[in-house]
Amino acid sequence: MRLLPCGDRALLAEFDALALALSAHTTWSAAAHSGIVELVPGARTVLVRIDPAVTGLGAIEQWLTAHPPADAESSLPSSGPVITVPVTYDGDDLAVVADVWGCSLEAVAARHAATEWVCAFIGFAPGFGYLVPVDADLPVVPRRATSRPAVPPGSVALAAEYCGVYPRESPGGWQLIGRTAVSLWDADRDSPALVTPGTRVRFEAVRG
Amino acid sequence: MTDVRVIDPGPLALVHDLGRPGLASLGVSASGAFDRAAHRLANRLVGNDEHAAAIECLLGGLRLALPGGTWFAVTGAWSDAVLVTDGVRATVEPHTAIRTDADAELHLGTVTHGLRSTVALRGGLAVPAVLGSRSRDTLAGLGPEPLRASDVLPLGPEPVTPVPVADLVPVDPPTDGVVELGVRPGPRHEWFTAEAHRLLLATEWTTSARSDRTGVRLEGPALEREPDLVGAELASEGMLRGSIQVSPDGAPTVLGPDHPVTGGYPVIAVVVDASLDLLAQLRPGQPVRLRLVTGHR
Repeated sequence: MRLLPCGDRALLAEFDALALALSAHTTWSAAAHSGIVELVPGARTVLVRIDPAVTGLGAIEQWLTAHPPADAESSLPSSGPVITVPVTYDGDDLAVVADVWGCSLEAVAARHAATEWVCAFIGFAPGFGYLVPVDADLPVVPRRATSRPAVPPGSVALAAEYCGVYPRESPGGWQLIGRTAVSLWDADRDSPALVTPGTRVRFEAVRG
Repeated sequence: MTDVRVIDPGPLALVHDLGRPGLASLGVSASGAFDRAAHRLANRLVGNDEHAAAIECLLGGLRLALPGGTWFAVTGAWSDAVLVTDGVRATVEPHTAIRTDADAELHLGTVTHGLRSTVALRGGLAVPAVLGSRSRDTLAGLGPEPLRASDVLPLGPEPVTPVPVADLVPVDPPTDGVVELGVRPGPRHEWFTAEAHRLLLATEWTTSARSDRTGVRLEGPALEREPDLVGAELASEGMLRGSIQVSPDGAPTVLGPDHPVTGGYPVIAVVVDASLDLLAQLRPGQPVRLRLVTGHR
């Protein structure tokens, strides 16, 4: 773990692997330091934002070092909440993914649904989880050369090593492989985000 | 319950409290009042809790219909504000709690110093909260919609604290000249050349007109990356209000309260807490200098 400077209210903890960053986020969230206002997981990092009225950066640096990620293994969590997302695999970019993966359109759906995914971090929009395969090794999918101005909500999409489901209509440059009727984000629900860092996701092919 | 009515929201009037921190793992930014000090002061002046919801008004122009007996205060950007009661116009002094004697209209004129005014009303705006806050997150589209003409805003119950006895709070208007912002190193400062670091602190930057609550763009020389990092991709990482991220063309943007939770551009430096409120009042074209500050840990 490296602690990088981030102004006078935060530190950025950087790790060699996504699994370690996710584990650190879980460990530090559970330990709940009263001076930490926010923990923001990233692909290799956890941003630790403090309340300067409660604690200082020096004290937090010591605390973080004294609370290393519980899971020293660099493997993704195989336990924790699991949700199942039914998907109709009829996305406009299935052929692009099939080309990159070197398989048929049907095989894209089968491989995607056979893969167990875990949410690494959230970004782009409320409830938009960046999902990574727990143990599969899928070829990296390029982003579209130009973004679509409006991707419908519920679109299931791939880019780089990630899979994501658009929580609401928004512009987007990811490759669309299908759609789901499941709502990823609803601010009026008790748990507004269906997927949070550490949530495992299984996709299930359905006929649309 | 008392209501106030929006006659004209002006260019952009938003409801804000101090935001919804702690929800980054849901992909939700803290958001909240851009000029936090102005927000707290306006609420204190009318005896509200400092978290109460108030109006953040961009560039003035807001017109509100207030019932008789309503306490209000205007802070932040200065404008030629007047209170019109039965056709009689009275100047509204900034940073002053004022009570309407009868039904009246508050008119914020054009802003003369700064960019965003805060209008607090005693009792606070009792519009529905979303995820524990009445702040409008303009990027995520969360919280109360931007105000529109003829919107009716309910006020909350009379606070237990009285309106404090203070004739005038001596706060200077936002400056029209060069604004100096304190910065500390950011997590990716090593991505940039020594010359980029020199330029960051030596340049008189210009506030871009393409600035909003998501970020304030600074116009000036390009901040170049170390040769081996040109074209490199940064894995998405957490951002915060004040992070100065540099896009691949070398242009710096200081993130505002409605910034994305994570981002993929390297952050060269971060504006310190004490300077963050100044960002809210930067006018397009206004010069900005960044000064490296040291701090105790």
